Amino acid sequence: MVQSEVINVSNLDLTFETSDGPVHALKNVDLKVNRGDFVSFIGPSGCGKTTLLRVLADLDEPTDGEVTVNGVSPREAREARAYGYVFQAAGLYPWRNVAANVKLPLEIMGYSKEEQLKRVKKVLDLVELTGFEKKYPWQLSGGMQQRASIARALAFDADILFMDEPFGALDEIVRDHLNKQLLELWKSTNKTICFVTHSIPEAVYLSTKIVVMSPRPGRIVDIIDSNLPSDRPLEIRDSKEFIEISQRVREGLRAGHSDD
Amino acid sequence: MTKKLWTGSDSKILPVFCIITFIVIIWYGFSIILNAPWEYDKAKRNSITLSKTELVNQTWSQKRPKLPTPHQVAKEMWDTTVNKKVTSKRSLIYHGLITFYETIYGFAFGTGLGILLALGIVYNRATAMSVMPWIVTSQTIPILAIAPMIVVALGSAGFSGLMPIVIISMYLSFFPVVVGMVKGLKSPEQLDIDQMKTWSASKSQVLFKLRAPKSTPYLFTSLKLGMAASVVGAIVGELPSGGGGGLGFRMLSGSTFGNTLHIWSGLFSAAILAGSLIAIISIIQRIVLKRMALET
Repeated sequence: MVQSEVINVSNLDLTFETSDGPVHALKNVDLKVNRGDFVSFIGPSGCGKTTLLRVLADLDEPTDGEVTVNGVSPREAREARAYGYVFQAAGLYPWRNVAANVKLPLEIMGYSKEEQLKRVKKVLDLVELTGFEKKYPWQLSGGMQQRASIARALAFDADILFMDEPFGALDEIVRDHLNKQLLELWKSTNKTICFVTHSIPEAVYLSTKIVVMSPRPGRIVDIIDSNLPSDRPLEIRDSKEFIEISQRVREGLRAGHSDD
Repeated sequence: MTKKLWTGSDSKILPVFCIITFIVIIWYGFSIILNAPWEYDKAKRNSITLSKTELVNQTWSQKRPKLPTPHQVAKEMWDTTVNKKVTSKRSLIYHGLITFYETIYGFAFGTGLGILLALGIVYNRATAMSVMPWIVTSQTIPILAIAPMIVVALGSAGFSGLMPIVIISMYLSFFPVVVGMVKGLKSPEQLDIDQMKTWSASKSQVLFKLRAPKSTPYLFTSLKLGMAASVVGAIVGELPSGGGGGLGFRMLSGSTFGNTLHIWSGLFSAAILAGSLIAIISIIQRIVLKRMALET
């Protein structure tokens, strides 16, 4: 079952050289992610959760340590278009309508015209944006823009989805709704998702595995395997199991903070 | 509707009209002040005393005034456009067309050069470091000083006629295009660039799908500045070239022979030419940006 291991990080170290001297962003990070996992990275700002995601996506380079994605280096994985990346901001192009924005990576990757149309239709349906193809980004709400951004990351059907606080700027009601949609999407597509957040309920609700991180230097303090059922209505957040996991996440966050 | 046109907060008509009225009044006033000494001299020689009305009437209708009035300039422009053959050297349209061609060629080459330099600067660090100081330096040299040198140098190399003037026009117009396009091509944020990287986009894909469209608004701003500079360059270039015609030549000969009407009518023609060319760019800008949904 070597195949089931999608991401393997061992002894990862990353130091940024800044004008104020070196910043130790990540220290001794070890992590394994299996195929089909939904992994959340949670921690206060500055704990390196986004940096870790960027290393996996080959947007930042580690100073030391081993990282493999799909069994190859992050760079090879990126060049093989092994993942879709959803940023904190939707980053849609204002001069392209929704369909054209979702189509953009497909154009870049050289899909045929018919294939582009087919895929755009499919992923817009997946994020429930059918009927908004011709709308421009400024005509959409923040939540819809972020859904379009997710559709764009899904369009080329990579096995892995990296999401960096995609719902961070949205209000809680919209966020609940999108979380639910995301879970359904994850179950129906069977992708491996790495999800950065600073919300405990969001992390616990979504994940099969929660990685708790702490800052200065950024490191992993706890990895929690969630035993919640895969079928998760929003009400599950009132269940005993949910509260217990939340408690453990909170303790991890507190432990990380106590020694600085 | 009419009322809205005049008083609406987004209407420009009322303030523009006020300023123009103001300028015209001052202009007529100065026509009296500047042209009066000559009338007083004439009256003194003929031993007449001028009444106020006579003075005003005469200062506003001199054949060779120090400062012609707006209506004299308007009449001169009418006479030298509508009432003259286009092929006549006395026609403003003849001179205007010469300046127009110089401007358009200078603008086209200047824009092309500007965009090429901007691409070099954005994509190549060596180019940025080696070329940028020269570009800035080039604009600190007074164009009036090097225009004759360009004309003479190119003339001795066998290039005469429009060519040296086009070069001078280009020399002025490429600069705003370089500055604007460097800014425009660099306007994508880190997020946009990272996103392209996650898709393993090639350099040319990043250029054509991200940098170029994102820099379009900057391009149009640059083009308008470049066009204004092209007109100035063409007119300045005509001065040392001599003989070839053009609005600059017309103004220079007016200055040489003390014909202020030629100077002022040439000046206004140049302003109208520049204004119309910039207005055309503005219209294209609105259409393109609206199509691109960058402007509503």
